[in-house]
Amino acid sequence: LAERTNLAGVRHIVLVLSGKGGVGKSTISTELALALRSAGRRVGILDVDLCGPSIPRMLRVQDSAVHQCDSGWVPVFVGQDKAIALMSIGFLLERPDDAVVWRGPKKNALIKQFVTDVAWGDLDFLIVDTPPGTSDEHISTVEALRPYQLLGAILVTTPQ
Amino acid sequence: AEAAELRARLRAVRHTVLVLSGKGGVGKSTFSALLAHGLAADETKQVALLDIDICGPSIPKMMGLEGEQVHQSGSGWSPVYVEENLGVMSVGFLLSSPDDAVIWRGPKKNGLIKQFLRDVDWGEVDYLIVDTPPGTSDEHLSIVQYLSATHIDGAVIVTTPQEVSLQDVRKEINFCRKVKLPIIGVVENMSGFVCPKCKNESQIFPPTTGGAEKMCQNLNVSLLGKVPLDPQIGKSCDRGQSFLAEAPESPATLSYRSIIQRIQEYCEQHHFQEEKIM
Repeated sequence: LAERTNLAGVRHIVLVLSGKGGVGKSTISTELALALRSAGRRVGILDVDLCGPSIPRMLRVQDSAVHQCDSGWVPVFVGQDKAIALMSIGFLLERPDDAVVWRGPKKNALIKQFVTDVAWGDLDFLIVDTPPGTSDEHISTVEALRPYQLLGAILVTTPQ
Repeated sequence: AEAAELRARLRAVRHTVLVLSGKGGVGKSTFSALLAHGLAADETKQVALLDIDICGPSIPKMMGLEGEQVHQSGSGWSPVYVEENLGVMSVGFLLSSPDDAVIWRGPKKNGLIKQFLRDVDWGEVDYLIVDTPPGTSDEHLSIVQYLSATHIDGAVIVTTPQEVSLQDVRKEINFCRKVKLPIIGVVENMSGFVCPKCKNESQIFPPTTGGAEKMCQNLNVSLLGKVPLDPQIGKSCDRGQSFLAEAPESPATLSYRSIIQRIQEYCEQHHFQEEKIM
């Protein structure tokens, strides 16, 4: 029942995908969130790149920590007016240079938690930044999000 | 018994180099391909290039081998040969169409990686180069685990100058330390761009926190070299040609060659030291 509460207030979920690394997924996710916020929307970002979480640094919150509340994890609020909600594994690392050396099953478990246990509140858009590839993180994220308002995916590429 | 199988298959491999990053899109596959070409320029050396990026295998296209298939023989899977002394293996060769997505969870990926090592008949190899996907996950853990049956000379870690890349690369360096994988050194790719018309140099990816140089100093790893951006590199990769052969005068070629030489020296020295011990 906690699951319904945490994502029930999210109107649209957008996945940002590529197959390729380094094409600008995290950059686009960040800029999209900032642009939507500028246009007066309520926005959240979920960073499911467990091995290489880039979003915290892009929004200058790499030193933040997350806290728990009754309904789950409280996201970190970022942006000029601190109104964009962000959750990333980057916040859970003790030291920023710690490698997350996990096999698939452990990654899947955390992604499921990220999707269901973050107290997002009411959002117009939840942008989900993903790592490169078509593997555990992608399968688990889509599976966990399927019961909700999954608007669709934006694919990012470079010309070559 | 499995370990024994792998040991037997890899016994004839003299040197193994892993090409890693934490970050995607920094040039691992490009570098792996050019390292393979560079080492294979010596016709007396047998070079093997193994692509374990299962979701995004770039090596077949970069080596001009798209559309090739893997053949089986009595002695196992046959690598696809670019030159007589340069053989390649990639999941790309196992797909019916290049656009087929390989949507596998970790365990299945691990299984294929083990097969690549156990079932491919590489023959006698002087250099085995392993191209990896970005990250620090199943593929990386598995390759280190399976290759413990032979020995890995070390890892070459590729980055670009900006902090967003370096922060992932520091994790990769820590991964190497965690699994006791020696680090041959770091390559800084896309390090400046020289305009072919006005010869002015621009930093397309400004090293806002000191680039790879500062990171290497801080973490006590070797900086093997810096490679500038050259649009010809991307073109050569797209066309499956060796950039080193297509643009022998490019500053990027000179950088690559110098880095390849340093890697060779590291491996030879390493081997010499091992022989001394034995």
